[in-house]
Amino acid sequence: MDHLVYLDNSATTRVSEPVLRAMLPFLTEQYGNPSSIYTLGQQAKAAIEEAREKVAKAINAKPREIFFTSCGTESDNWAIRGTARRMAAKGKKHLVTSAFEHHAVLHACKALEREGFEVTYLPVSADGLVDPAAVAAAIRPDTALVTIMYANNEIGTIQPIGEIGKICREKGVWFHTDAVQALGNVRIDVAAEQIDMLSLSGHKIHAPKGVGALYIRQGVLPESLMEGGGQESRRRPGTENTASIVGLGQAVEDAYADFDEKIARMAALRDRLIDGLLKIPDTRLNGSRERRLCTNVNISFKGIEGEGILLWLDMNGVAASSGSACTSGSLDPSHVLLAIGLDHGTAHGSLRLSLGRYNTDADVDHVLAVLPGIIARLRELSPVYQA
Amino acid sequence: MMYSAKVMDHFANPRNTGVLPDANGVGEVGNQQCGDIMKIYLKIENDQIADVRFQTFGCGAAIATSSMATELIKGKPLSEALKLTNGAVMEALDGLPPVKVHCSVLAEQAIKAAIADYYTRQGIDPTPFVGELSEDCHDCHGGCDDGCC
Repeated sequence: MDHLVYLDNSATTRVSEPVLRAMLPFLTEQYGNPSSIYTLGQQAKAAIEEAREKVAKAINAKPREIFFTSCGTESDNWAIRGTARRMAAKGKKHLVTSAFEHHAVLHACKALEREGFEVTYLPVSADGLVDPAAVAAAIRPDTALVTIMYANNEIGTIQPIGEIGKICREKGVWFHTDAVQALGNVRIDVAAEQIDMLSLSGHKIHAPKGVGALYIRQGVLPESLMEGGGQESRRRPGTENTASIVGLGQAVEDAYADFDEKIARMAALRDRLIDGLLKIPDTRLNGSRERRLCTNVNISFKGIEGEGILLWLDMNGVAASSGSACTSGSLDPSHVLLAIGLDHGTAHGSLRLSLGRYNTDADVDHVLAVLPGIIARLRELSPVYQA
Repeated sequence: MMYSAKVMDHFANPRNTGVLPDANGVGEVGNQQCGDIMKIYLKIENDQIADVRFQTFGCGAAIATSSMATELIKGKPLSEALKLTNGAVMEALDGLPPVKVHCSVLAEQAIKAAIADYYTRQGIDPTPFVGELSEDCHDCHGGCDDGCC
């Protein structure tokens, strides 16, 4: 391969040409502050409102329910900490989440625990799914919020969001979902799925890094995390990141413009990768095969450690990621893989390949050609692998 | 690249790999929990490291430090092999990222464990030569978990 085979689209994506073209005017001539009353400012304001409409339309929300933020992490923190603060005043100091959320959610919950909140971390099945009945059972009279991710970032499992939303609505508890990995890869309908708050991010769908949004259903009022000006209906201060917001709007629109064709194509690539890699002995697929993002392949290779796989893939022109501790510098391997019941050794030997719209059959061919040799080589070196 | 050219060379082309069937000193340190296991096989003749092999389950740095450590002791008298420090392994590799320093510690400990096993097999208490060997992975704490997804 003479070009990079980029298979880490769940980490981030390249800015697409149409997104870049949409953004450029707002980095050059159209530099006005959207809060200014003169034409230059009002043009920027109009562009932001157009982006808001595009994001709203993609998830079946109203434009005034979309609030732009700096990233998915900010959206998660706003939904969780903002709700906790609002509800604490009513004596509700309990949250329900799952054991395999993104760190933006888990660490926000941990921070609230230090402030005296109680958090229930629901276990997930060996398939990587949250049981809606467990959510129902965990809700108490003092529950302030349920937050369950739409699709898992490491193993790609799609959660029963509609069922959880229904339960929360019936019990009168706000429901937040981190949909950063789902956006553009799943059809999302916040009304039908009874979602109260939903986090999304630009850079996973070919918009730039540093822009995200929080959908907040009308009537749901998490407290603001920052004090400042009156931007975003006085709920999220700070001069708007006009160019990136325009980029996000364009990216969301593009993500759903050719949705069915794109999903079918990526799912076919995913299935070829999974089937091809499972032919390597002592290998397992992590996460449900059926309820899975079209973008995600996550495989554990027995007896070896993930970082070595990544380094060899890099030398072969492939960018991927792993759930091994070595890649993060921490002691434990991925909390997601441990949550679905993998032992430490198996979790250390995991590989995530995440597809994007620009991947091709040739990319898959290349990975399937080089990876068996890499695995064999590392296993030969391993004191714990026995064929 | 997070690793030096030397680390990458020893990762991609590790020296002295595999099992030594006639080894008379074998040491294994680490565990799968921390993600690193190193196993060193020594063939010691006349107080010299006549041959050495290694097997490693671990990251790139773990493989490279094992490889370098075997190179540094091969053909050396036992007394010199015992003086091998993790610092010497790191220096020979042109350094390691801070979160990977524990790999060089593990390499040093694996060599010492193999020599201790040799002494034990000879009916000699290894403690005066190699000291107390730590079994836990106390050096593994890196502490950064910036999620990239």
